[in-house]
Amino acid sequence: MTQINVRVDGASYSDDVEPRTLLVHYLREQLGKVGTVVGCDTSNCGACTVHLDGESVKSCTVLAVQADGSEVTTIEGIAEGGELHPMQKAFHEKHGLQCGYCTPGMIMASIDLLKNNPDPSESEIREGIEGNLCRCTGYVNIVRAVQQAAGEMSSTAGAQA
Amino acid sequence: MTLTDEPTTAEAPAKEVGNARLRKEDARLITGKTTWTDNMVLPGMLHMAFLRSPVAHATISHLDVSAAKDRPNVVAVFTGQDFKDEQGTIPCAWPVTPDMVNPGHPSIAVDTVNHVGEAVAIVVARTRTAAVDAVEAIDVDYENLPVVLDMEEAVKDGADLVHASTSSNTSYHFVFDAGEAGTGSDTEAAFRDAEVTVSRRFVQQRLIPAFMEPRSAVVGVQGDNFTLWSATQIPHILRVMGALTTGIPEHKLRVVAPDVGGGFGGKLQVCPEEILALLVARRLGKPVKWTETRSESLMTAHHGRDQIQYIDVAARKDGTVTGLRVRLLADMGAYLRLITPGVPALGAFMFPGIYKFPAYRFECDGVFTNKVPTDAYRGAGRPEATFAIERIMDELAVELDMDPMELRRKNWIGAEEFPFTTVAGLEYDSGDYEQATQAALELLGYDELRAEQKQRRESGDPVQLGIGISTFTEMCGLAPSRVLGSLSFGAGGWEQASIRMLPTGKVEVVTGSTPHGQGHETAWSQIVADELGVPFEDVEVLHGDTAISSRGLDTYGSRSLVVGGTAVVKAAEKVVAKARKIAAHLLEASEDDLEFSGGTFSVKGTPGAGLGIQEIALAIFAAHDYPEGIEPSIDAEAAFDPVNFSFPHGTHLCAMEVDTETGFVKIRKYASVDDIGTIVNPIIVEGQMHGGLAQGIAQALYEEAIYDADGNLTTGTFVDYLLPSAADLPTFHTGNTVHAATSNPLGAKGVGEAGCIASTPAVVNAALDAVRHLGVSDIRMPLTPERVWRAIHQGGDGGDRAAEGSNAYGGARTTESGIEEAAQ
Repeated sequence: MTQINVRVDGASYSDDVEPRTLLVHYLREQLGKVGTVVGCDTSNCGACTVHLDGESVKSCTVLAVQADGSEVTTIEGIAEGGELHPMQKAFHEKHGLQCGYCTPGMIMASIDLLKNNPDPSESEIREGIEGNLCRCTGYVNIVRAVQQAAGEMSSTAGAQA
Repeated sequence: MTLTDEPTTAEAPAKEVGNARLRKEDARLITGKTTWTDNMVLPGMLHMAFLRSPVAHATISHLDVSAAKDRPNVVAVFTGQDFKDEQGTIPCAWPVTPDMVNPGHPSIAVDTVNHVGEAVAIVVARTRTAAVDAVEAIDVDYENLPVVLDMEEAVKDGADLVHASTSSNTSYHFVFDAGEAGTGSDTEAAFRDAEVTVSRRFVQQRLIPAFMEPRSAVVGVQGDNFTLWSATQIPHILRVMGALTTGIPEHKLRVVAPDVGGGFGGKLQVCPEEILALLVARRLGKPVKWTETRSESLMTAHHGRDQIQYIDVAARKDGTVTGLRVRLLADMGAYLRLITPGVPALGAFMFPGIYKFPAYRFECDGVFTNKVPTDAYRGAGRPEATFAIERIMDELAVELDMDPMELRRKNWIGAEEFPFTTVAGLEYDSGDYEQATQAALELLGYDELRAEQKQRRESGDPVQLGIGISTFTEMCGLAPSRVLGSLSFGAGGWEQASIRMLPTGKVEVVTGSTPHGQGHETAWSQIVADELGVPFEDVEVLHGDTAISSRGLDTYGSRSLVVGGTAVVKAAEKVVAKARKIAAHLLEASEDDLEFSGGTFSVKGTPGAGLGIQEIALAIFAAHDYPEGIEPSIDAEAAFDPVNFSFPHGTHLCAMEVDTETGFVKIRKYASVDDIGTIVNPIIVEGQMHGGLAQGIAQALYEEAIYDADGNLTTGTFVDYLLPSAADLPTFHTGNTVHAATSNPLGAKGVGEAGCIASTPAVVNAALDAVRHLGVSDIRMPLTPERVWRAIHQGGDGGDRAAEGSNAYGGARTTESGIEEAAQ
């Protein structure tokens, strides 16, 4: 067992983990962060996407020990002060989800996409989230949601500037 | 945190039905506050992991689990021998013919394995990792038997058998002959007298439903009571079938479907693993959990489609169709699961589509192979039928040198002809195919694209353009119970709802139709808000737990709104009727003098004085003052059994670019106009259309479950089984016409399957339209660049996805003497 110290969604945790433990299993099984889910075993579906020190990662492809000393943000930690993150709000308002299983990963990947490209075109959005699979929506409304969030986040950023 | 800050407009519709309500369900789904089955943790819960067969057909010659039992944290290891006397057989609810052969389907193999992935042993351990680790310590040997994979070979005399207990690989031979049924004329005569006939062989490749949430089951034990949480579409059916299979009395078994992450028919099943979880929990008296990996899911959860279709159409030279003949080979896989044999039989009634065929004959052989069983996948039988008829209508148009839309128009049922009884005996209630078609043509920009196609063709552009048509209908709203009975289905098709009026005026709606992403909570709230005149926000919809919703038949076949929604309407009508008696009493008026509007009873002609139904709920809770002779409750429940199916229809158009040099195809534009009857929530409808289109297009372009010559699934991960990503799909242009269904008070027809059923032939027809002038008349699905290139440059239909001997094909094959390198 290896000891790790991680901050997850703003709280600090100190745990012993087997070195082979995947970050997603640590989040789900040891911390109870079950909002982040597992959808495949080949890093194709992206359902497990979280932010590791601000960067989007598939948490099934990261060992828990690699997160030692890091800051992890999950779908459960992006709403601030009782306010939904603009991406969460956009997925709701544009009907960017149906069963919702891919949604946590899709939202986390989309936030990261906008961090790197605040004003993406439709094709840039489609290519930017191609590492996240959705079986319900056909992606049209997910693209619309990311577009709405991009508009909202850039205007917010503009107002703050 | 709430989602109440919804954008509202000053001109919000007075009615909730038709209102573009944002979904209630989203609040938990976008914040990670979900209740997936795999989230469930019970005190003392153990974990199950399976040893699965690596061979497609073999006897188990040696199986020693002792080393696994000695591994740390392993509590028990079981084999088929441990459960052979109590596991029964996975139920098949649809014996489509009286003499259908069902060899039985053990949940865990006892002596023989019949497909790769079949369960051979179960390790039960304190943790998931301990269970998986210990699987590696099981010692097992197999003695290989001949592997049966190809249906056309499997049905030949003297073919190797999947099941030694049967005399052939044919499970059943199902026939529907319109002449014999009295719904049409003699098909053989129609072909004998035909001026033109066209015959084709189409291949419906094997697909995998590939719901995003892997299957998962948790069993809790409370004395002799068991609770099964499962990622299932069908908690009610699972309860009945689980009880009958395991012998756990039905009243001692509760089934809960919490948040369920998609199904698409793939979770319409009584899974072997669900049964085994119950058996293990009962044996150990301990709670257990099993959650599959994705590769386990792709390999062992049921597949869909997989038919070879021989279809003949007879016509006159003017294009009038005179007869249709269909013969199917339908791959059952190794066993019959819940409705395995019924899927192609359900399609039997849809091959004539929207056309006025006077004669029709359908025959289907269900064939056993050493593959995982097939069963329901979005559309279940109807996509196959729609594909065949819409493809061959194009082939007939080519043969007659007619415009493919003109040929369709000449033969489809006119708007003035509804209700129309088809040659298959179905009564289509409403619709207007011309109207939907005109709208779709405009949405696509048909004339401009045809002009561009002409220009590209004349200039010899390496990238050719084609336009594909699919004018379709489907039978939905499954289903009238008596009709299901006549088809030998093992259950009815009714649905149940109840409405509980709480003292504070809030409303609980209990539905037997269990959602897994569709949005029932929102749509049902809209319906009840209208029926009872209560605020949308005051309605809570409960579902998916047999202890709460004791009666129901669950969600599949685009039935939820049509049947389940109608049950909600009927329950609400009963609530109003019961409340009316109390209102009359409290308002000191005659019931006949009361009118009910906007949630309030008032005396006709006496404006102002009134009593709200939510106030009545409190009054009857107190029950201090109510009429003699009635019960102190305005709660009600209702069951609704439809008298007919519903028949959504639509016109789908696909414009496709085909790069003749690379074989790469790209959808230029996709437009569809569907008539799904009354629309309760346009946002949900659009979402359902989008998702259905994505899956139907994916069948045409991307997805195929491939077995190698040894029966190994070579598409066993998402690396190999190509689920389309956002980058693989276009924006969809969708619209609706509305002709209310006459079979239910909502006027709804069902939307869940429409996009998936209609789109596949539109896409393939489009690709063929682009390259037909190059001599291509068919391309096998999915239209991979390799296949398209080969069809253009080498002729034929593009052949198998990859040539035998290539890496994609499997690379090497196992023989009796070991591994033989593939011939290069």
